[in-house]
Amino acid sequence: MKPVWAILQTLAVQFGVLSLLAFGGANAVLPEIHRQSVAVHHWMTDKDFAALFAIAQAAPGPNFLISTLIGWKAAGIPGALVATAAMCAPSCLATFWVIKLWDRHRDHPWRAAIGAGIAPVTVGLIFSSAYVLVRAADSNWRLAVVTAASAGIVFFTKLNPLWCLAGAALLGLTGVFGTP
Amino acid sequence: MTDELAAARPRTLFLVFLSIALSGFGGVLPFARRALVERRGWLSGEDFTETLSLCQSLPGPNVVNLSIVVGSRACGWRGSLAAVAGLIGAPVVIVIGLGMLYGRFGALPQVQRAIIGVAAAAAGLVIATAARMAEPLLRSRALSAAPFMLAAFVAVGVLRLPLPYVLLVLFPLSVALMWRRPQ
Repeated sequence: MKPVWAILQTLAVQFGVLSLLAFGGANAVLPEIHRQSVAVHHWMTDKDFAALFAIAQAAPGPNFLISTLIGWKAAGIPGALVATAAMCAPSCLATFWVIKLWDRHRDHPWRAAIGAGIAPVTVGLIFSSAYVLVRAADSNWRLAVVTAASAGIVFFTKLNPLWCLAGAALLGLTGVFGTP
Repeated sequence: MTDELAAARPRTLFLVFLSIALSGFGGVLPFARRALVERRGWLSGEDFTETLSLCQSLPGPNVVNLSIVVGSRACGWRGSLAAVAGLIGAPVVIVIGLGMLYGRFGALPQVQRAIIGVAAAAAGLVIATAARMAEPLLRSRALSAAPFMLAAFVAVGVLRLPLPYVLLVLFPLSVALMWRRPQ
């Protein structure tokens, strides 16, 4: 096991870089977070990752909370704080700086080109995240049905997504999905 | 920018974004709109949409970026700091608490059974988010959008290539294409 300060350093660098790549939010960099924490650093298993993501989704607040939990799993409370700060600070500074430029150069054509160019790539990244999560979470066909049902409900209705999570938790308690 | 926003102090910014964060179970955005546009009158409806699309084309979570922008327009970096602290402070404490509960009780079979269900449903939420974002793009300009969506999905999701390199190739290509063919 590496000493804690080395892990903290890794967390700071890794999430600091991801922060600036997280176009469309933390979900866009989820496959990279998964790759680093499961395959590269072995901080957790695939199943742990799916569970932590589920917890982050069930908690109130913005969706970068998965980084807080990864940091916590890798190096306890200090890890959680370092990962959160690293995930937020660079993108916040970038936003703060860009908004000043932006307000100065309203209606410039590059604004539209950049926004329109980034959008499809971001959407592809979020599909990647969904794919990574499906592979980690759906170990049998019943779970795959739950995934499809919650995707359908949230896509086609205005129901609060939290109801999907709560319903799936209750279904899980009955044991229909088995015990991992 | 409205007069109400110009008059906002860091303390108020902190409290407003704190309340947005805590009401935002399963998605903060609708609550942000209600608080900032309807209740506080800090942004007009159009301002909100424009600012949000700007926040979407910057890295970082939309709502966090939104708090930076609103805070900065109200009272500079102090406003940004207060707003972002209000938005992320409480959720971070809560999620660490949930993580600790999971660490303590996660091995119980009941918890395991519930969590695998929640994990499957959470994966579905991400599919729905992606589909919602894909729909307008595919309707308005499928030809220029679909190849980049697919390329990002295959490179990052299926082949698991490192993200920085993938973005370094795809972003310039996609932006250049939009630059040459203005909407």
